[in-house]
Amino acid sequence: MSVNSGCIGKTYPATSYAVGREKVREYALAVGEVNPLYLDPEAARAAGYDDVVAPPMFAVVYSSQAVMPALFDPEVGIDFARMVHGGQEFRWGPLVVAGDEVSTAVTVKDVAERAGKGFFVFESVSRNQRDETVCVGTWTNIVRGG
Amino acid sequence: MRPGDELDVLKVTPDKYLTVRYAGASGDFNPIHIDEDFARQVGLPGRILHGLYSMAQVARAQTDAAGGPHALRRLSVQFRGMGLPEHELTVTGTVREVADGVALVETTAEQAGKAIIRNAEAELLVD
Repeated sequence: MSVNSGCIGKTYPATSYAVGREKVREYALAVGEVNPLYLDPEAARAAGYDDVVAPPMFAVVYSSQAVMPALFDPEVGIDFARMVHGGQEFRWGPLVVAGDEVSTAVTVKDVAERAGKGFFVFESVSRNQRDETVCVGTWTNIVRGG
Repeated sequence: MRPGDELDVLKVTPDKYLTVRYAGASGDFNPIHIDEDFARQVGLPGRILHGLYSMAQVARAQTDAAGGPHALRRLSVQFRGMGLPEHELTVTGTVREVADGVALVETTAEQAGKAIIRNAEAELLVD
């Protein structure tokens, strides 16, 4: 298969996500978290946070919508029928809590062909309302040749 | 935490409708996770777990071991195979090294002895 390495470095408009208490709880319960920091505002405040804390993997919720335009960009050219999510990395900064506003910008980090497969790597950088980097995600998608 | 220490093993059996709840919670409604007929049509054994749900279980094992979410600085994983609802998922991890207040943990998730997340690495703040 051929890939378009010319789109490496392409960036997409930042998206904004308002972190809500009930969404944090919904996510925490869906993944089996029982830590009161995620569920109980009083417990979170007692621990020094302004409101319930988002589990680290809540990064998926506030950054996925920023990644979608890159995934579906015809210039990137991913064949979804043959795509698998091959790998994922997150690096976290300060914890996100309910009430935060997180903006996420996405860049195409790498597009390459190896052993007949296409590797598409996107980076998401998420910042809170104080411009602190709360999460950097590296999303690796692999497209089988054919 | 010291090199060679093993994390407490995390075991969870996602119930039949977990993928539906996770789809709603995460916003990922890919039908391979929520539609049994669609999943079979594309050659899967049935609906499969979201990879990022399985990664969240790996993350939970780390934050449980390290004393809270603040301690998890980095997690990288490779997805392999496919996770299935109604099958027990097991996360294990071993501390490889500790330096400058950060533990590097090698961790995996498996179902029925088959890795669904492998070559995973976590960095945890340690006291």
